[in-house]
Amino acid sequence: MARTSTVSAKPPRGAGPIAWMRDNLFSSPFNTALTLAALGLLWITVPPFINWAFINAVWSGETRDVCMAPETGACWAYIAARFDQIVYGFYEKAERWRADAVFIIGAIGIFWLATPGLRAKRAIGAFMLIAYPVISYVLLSGGLFGLDVVPSAKWGGLLLTLIVAVTGIVASLPLGILLALGRRSKLPVVRILCIGFIEFVRGVPLITILFMASNLLPLFLPEGLVFDKLLRALVAVALFSAAYMAEVVRGGLQAVPQGQYEAAASLGLGYWRMMGLIILPQALKTVMPSIVNTFIGLFKDTSLVSIIGFSDLLGIIQKGNADPEWSTPVTATTGYLFAAAIFWAFCFSMSRYSAWLERNVAGGKAGAGKT
Amino acid sequence: MAMSPKREPIWADARLRGFVLQALFLAAVVALLAMFALNAAENLRALNRASGFGFLDQVAGFDIAFHLIDYGRASTFLDALWVGLLNTLLVAVIGIVLATVLGFLLGIGQLSSNWLVAKLATAYIEFVRNVPLLLQIFFWYFSMMSPLPRPQSAIEIGGVAFLSNRGLFVPRIEGVEGSGLFLIVLAACVSAFFLLRRLSHKRRERTGTPLPMLPISLGLLAIVPAAAFFLTGVPFTADIPVLAGRNFTGGMAITPELIALVLALSLYTASYIGEIVRSGIEGVPKGQAEASAALGLSRGQRLRLVIIPQAMRIIIPPLTSQYLNLTKNSSLAAAIAFPDLVHVFAGTALNQTGQAIEILAITMIIYLAISLLTSLAMNVYNARIQLKER
Repeated sequence: MARTSTVSAKPPRGAGPIAWMRDNLFSSPFNTALTLAALGLLWITVPPFINWAFINAVWSGETRDVCMAPETGACWAYIAARFDQIVYGFYEKAERWRADAVFIIGAIGIFWLATPGLRAKRAIGAFMLIAYPVISYVLLSGGLFGLDVVPSAKWGGLLLTLIVAVTGIVASLPLGILLALGRRSKLPVVRILCIGFIEFVRGVPLITILFMASNLLPLFLPEGLVFDKLLRALVAVALFSAAYMAEVVRGGLQAVPQGQYEAAASLGLGYWRMMGLIILPQALKTVMPSIVNTFIGLFKDTSLVSIIGFSDLLGIIQKGNADPEWSTPVTATTGYLFAAAIFWAFCFSMSRYSAWLERNVAGGKAGAGKT
Repeated sequence: MAMSPKREPIWADARLRGFVLQALFLAAVVALLAMFALNAAENLRALNRASGFGFLDQVAGFDIAFHLIDYGRASTFLDALWVGLLNTLLVAVIGIVLATVLGFLLGIGQLSSNWLVAKLATAYIEFVRNVPLLLQIFFWYFSMMSPLPRPQSAIEIGGVAFLSNRGLFVPRIEGVEGSGLFLIVLAACVSAFFLLRRLSHKRRERTGTPLPMLPISLGLLAIVPAAAFFLTGVPFTADIPVLAGRNFTGGMAITPELIALVLALSLYTASYIGEIVRSGIEGVPKGQAEASAALGLSRGQRLRLVIIPQAMRIIIPPLTSQYLNLTKNSSLAAAIAFPDLVHVFAGTALNQTGQAIEILAITMIIYLAISLLTSLAMNVYNARIQLKER
């Protein structure tokens, strides 16, 4: 007996949801077991979470009593009541427009820089790097142009988190570039000092550096020269992330072919012009995604300033837990969920942006190399 | 007239310029450090604070809730340092093991042909990675551990372990007479197993037929140890925790701080390891998977024998830095008062003695040493598994 018809190499693939499920969820006994286990996991986590966060949640109310009933879900009334504090900390109510102005200028500037195709990037970039920090500082702390002084101890909430993060980001990139150049320098003293600094900072936890800034720095400085506590924390965060940034930039520098250095030198460019015009633009472009990842890490690490007593976003949530006015069994968890959502939104959009950059911008370079 | 070479200005000499630049740089750094040292000496004199490391021998006089070695009222600051360091290492080791297991599962899960599993793994990673670790530690501690019932109404696990807001109480296994003999037999069996497995590999490479590993492993890992266990007369007793008044006594107590910290650290780090493992596996050329499939290897064998060993070469360096990150991040223990190195030493001891410079220096040097030793060990392992170019 012989078969007369030809056998197709592959069984015909069905269309429609049933066939899709057979291919992707139930293709083998093992796969079926996995699917069932995953469904079980979803079943024990998702419905209780939705019940807690939305269905059984309390959405409005003036006092903690609305959230005291047993089986209460998230107490969003608490977030609504404390919303101003979560955003501005203890910044005076009448002066909050100043913080708003800083938020808005920052948002417009970052949007402008991050959107491809918009013009005058160089001018806006220079404005954001040089003028914006000064404007923000003057606006936030006051004391000039008839603005009332708001001491930095009153800054808090999301405002403080963003201040620490943006300062860290703005300061760590140039510092990191300098450290990376230093690490690859031909001058041994410069190289050894840079390696020592980078490896030391990367070898210890951020919290010990923050402790150092808050406990030791006053001891090391002359009597009378007292820095603002916030400024000390900012210096610590900037130095910490600069060391990590330096390693990222070094990776980019190593990826630039030797011929580029030689070509730049043969054009008669000196060290700084060679680096600034030829090497760094290529190096930074290659490692752009890693740079954004370092920013994301830095953004999350800002929450550590709450351990040395600042009321950043996480710090203010922790303070809220201890607040008797809103002390309920669900206050803490509601606060954490809300803060997690804010942090997540910032970090996730940065990581999407970095992935998009990798696909669209870095691709141009790889194409150019192939010709 | 002979051409005299044009004299170059003195600053154009690259070597001289480099020398002067370095001298200036070094002088600036030394001056800064000297200024710090002088100011510190001045300020310490003004504050009338002691300096030096003499305080390490003094009695610490504070209590530590969780200690792996003996620690009591009469213990010194040096003992406290040891307690904190051991706790840090304990958290790091447990966290690294859990994070590695979960991370590999997540990484492989992301590449699963099962749509639901792949999506779940990706969703987990995208969520956990983008929320600060400190927040997650707070969540596990204040939202999950604190609301647990009091010991009187603890959650019972199989009648021997109890979970309450005082932590997890598990039986403590204690050896009695004969346990030493049993452990020796067990160790001998395990080493014999590994030795034979090696021989089997060698033999298969030489002759094509391995040793019969199934009966060997069954015998060495199950039957002989079981026989030894009963022949030595069941040489272990379990000290089961019992409720006495308001808390449990006996057994082994795992504090809620430790549970929250280890959970948060390993769940957080696992999300990073998951991404590293995924990109490592994706970094192995597709032809390798196809070639091994063509040789008739099963899906599991393909992964275990062909893909993972090659992926490991890509995975190891970033994995090392995740292990180091986990160890450094364990210092966030201070935020929920788990007595790790930072909390005990750079927190309590620093407040008691006021000797911030010495204490922070010791703490940082210890972390540096841990970092250097870990990277050294991982570099050795990495060198061993790298592709041997022939």
